[in-house]
Amino acid sequence: MSLDLTLIWALLIATAVFLYVVMDGFDLGVGILFPAVRGKAERDVMVNTVAPVWDGNETWLILGGGGLFAVFPLAYATILPALYMPLILMLLALVFRGVAFEMRFRAASPRSQRTWDRSFSWGSYVAAFCQGICLGALVQGIRVEGRAYAGGWWDWLTPFSVLTGAALVAGYGLLGACWLIWKTEGELQLRAYRLARRLGLVTLASIVIVSATMPILSEAFRVRWLAWPNLALAAPVPALVALLAWRFFVALDRRAEVTPFLYALGLFLMSYIGLGISLWPMIVPPAISIWDAATHPSSQAFLLAGAVVLVPMILIYTAYVYWLFRGKVAAGAPGYH
Amino acid sequence: MSALELPSAVNLARAQFALTVVWHFLFPAFTIGLASYLAVLEGFWLRTGKAVYLDTFRYWLRIFAVAFAMGVVSGLVMSYQFGTNWSVFADRTAPVLGPLLGYEVLTAFFLEAGFLGVMLFGLERVGKRLHFLATCLVAIGTLISAFWILSANSWMQTPTGHVVGPDGRFNPADWWAIVFNPSFPYRFAHTVTGAYLTTAMIVGAVGAWHLLHDRDNPRARLMFSMAMWMAAAVAPAQLVIGDLHGGNSYEHQPAKVAAMEGHFETERRAAAILFGWPDAEAGLVRDRIGIPGLASLYLTHDLDGEVRGLKDVPRDTWPTNLPLVFWSFRIMVGLGLLMIALGVAGLWLRHKGRLYDAPWLHRFAVGMGPSGLIAVTAGWTVTEAGRQPFTVYGALRTIDSVSPVAAPAVAASLAAFAVVYLAVFGAGIWFLLHLFNQAPHAHEPGPPPGQPIRTAGITPAPALVAGAQDAGRPLAQPAE
Repeated sequence: MSLDLTLIWALLIATAVFLYVVMDGFDLGVGILFPAVRGKAERDVMVNTVAPVWDGNETWLILGGGGLFAVFPLAYATILPALYMPLILMLLALVFRGVAFEMRFRAASPRSQRTWDRSFSWGSYVAAFCQGICLGALVQGIRVEGRAYAGGWWDWLTPFSVLTGAALVAGYGLLGACWLIWKTEGELQLRAYRLARRLGLVTLASIVIVSATMPILSEAFRVRWLAWPNLALAAPVPALVALLAWRFFVALDRRAEVTPFLYALGLFLMSYIGLGISLWPMIVPPAISIWDAATHPSSQAFLLAGAVVLVPMILIYTAYVYWLFRGKVAAGAPGYH
Repeated sequence: MSALELPSAVNLARAQFALTVVWHFLFPAFTIGLASYLAVLEGFWLRTGKAVYLDTFRYWLRIFAVAFAMGVVSGLVMSYQFGTNWSVFADRTAPVLGPLLGYEVLTAFFLEAGFLGVMLFGLERVGKRLHFLATCLVAIGTLISAFWILSANSWMQTPTGHVVGPDGRFNPADWWAIVFNPSFPYRFAHTVTGAYLTTAMIVGAVGAWHLLHDRDNPRARLMFSMAMWMAAAVAPAQLVIGDLHGGNSYEHQPAKVAAMEGHFETERRAAAILFGWPDAEAGLVRDRIGIPGLASLYLTHDLDGEVRGLKDVPRDTWPTNLPLVFWSFRIMVGLGLLMIALGVAGLWLRHKGRLYDAPWLHRFAVGMGPSGLIAVTAGWTVTEAGRQPFTVYGALRTIDSVSPVAAPAVAASLAAFAVVYLAVFGAGIWFLLHLFNQAPHAHEPGPPPGQPIRTAGITPAPALVAGAQDAGRPLAQPAE
């Protein structure tokens, strides 16, 4: 049997998207938590915890979009027009946020500082919410005729997509709070503990509601999860969610500093795997599989030849940069630029 | 039909792409050269240990951080535009263009973004040598990025190495021929040189601005002197590269060159038209002023050479906006000639030993500050508007490339981009101008050279003090 390049690419891009969700998740989360933290000094610390890495984090989103274009062009050419409005809104929000990031440190007056703070926070909310909307709309399916999107430009707006949007805001907020527990100390860290507990509860509730809604949405999801023997095969996923959730709250109670973040990541990973189980092997539900959407085999091979060398290198130097900026970020240090 | 009817979805999508890409490219056009300049400054600092290099490095590093962030977020938008607005184009060309853009992300974007953090915050954590390595990696990343994106763009201009499948898709046949397509080496050289000149013009203008206030400021002298070397060496080189690029376009995209030149008729001893107004309907250039024979000379390198005109190619393959192509080309060339004049003037005054004592030269350089950005934008307008009415030259029409997104949705997003970009990048550019206006002084914020490497969490106190002084310092700094 020959190597299934398409399968390898699907796993690679799924990994890239997950890495994006995890990494930009906590740095969007920092923006989402802005309204809960008032003082300038504390906000400076929050932003400083992500300042050296946010550019790299956002690059995974470019890889998500670029990778889809490169390897699954049919998915790129149908999903993006279908999700036109939320995607454009998300991009604009990220533009706002990215510029606010640089500008808030250099604001000449307290008033302009507040304006940039607000841009940073709103940008984070809107970007997270729109990403959740895109997820929900994708799960509900995209109408394709021939090789083109065939729906209207409001199809993405449904109660379910709004639900997933809100869920992702809560989830990113949770990652942000856990990140702050890890990277800060004192008052700010205490507040992050309280926020993490509340957002943990909201995130868990969202996971349960979304999971319960999905079998109602479509017959395919019901069969995938509840028909025998799938029920038994898929059961470890919800079981692990429950286990991780329990460990997460225990870790918070023990005032652990690193493990809450890891357990929160675990919750994200389980939700992501659950989503994968629901959709597999469709990349544009309900009808386009990864093999339907894949590009020319020569293109897959040409890019993969580089990716097998480059992706590990990227992971190594990304890890190195994180390691370099390890440790707590204290108020007033290290000076930004 | 009401007067308020929306333009067609395809024209709205074109306007949106033009708006977002022009805004976007302003930042890389500046940061590609600035990254290399920073690497050079830091290299000089490591070699000589002179504080003036470090201070100048730090001065431009702050500016780099802001410009680079705006480039990242506006570039993120570009990577999604193909899909949101040009989905048919994306579907058809992805087998060829997808891997090129994929390689750009994997080889360049991660490298730049990953080491940017080290470059901006890491000097006291990693030490001088590793920090220099990070600066170099960021600079190399910007060049690798230019390599791939220009390969992709050039393939759209001069597509080779592919086979069109029965479904209309461009499938790869020869990757070497795709990546190194006929116009790529020229476009790459021309664009990177243009980016270096753009940076030189901005750095020179900022140096000159401060020399006008204080001609003894050593940082201002350093940046002005380096920029004038660049202008003297690179602006004439760009003229040669641009001529070679034009020759290549003439061979592969004759309609584009005919539009640039304003040539409708095929003729020998073709005139170089300096000014005029191309009229596609009438098939001639109105109010033209030209130099007979010159165009034949530089296009065919023969005064009697035959130069093809627009009437020699099918009417439905003419660029759709002839005056735009024609005039953008003249703006680019005119600014290029002014850059050469600046470089020559700088060289002459340096020879006379009056480089820092010639206010007229400094005013000239200040005025030329934005010239690189304008020339680069005009140049891209020539090449992109000149490629119309195709997205893939000769093979896929723009009208057949667009997404099935309704016109009102595109109109709404276009309006949103216009407003948000103007507000956000307008504020960003305003802020950059504010930074330019601050005089570069000794002990720019950051730990001073030769200090021990600090561990995490310890406040670099000198940096904070210097930063506080910086904030309180009046803009017009007294002479040092």
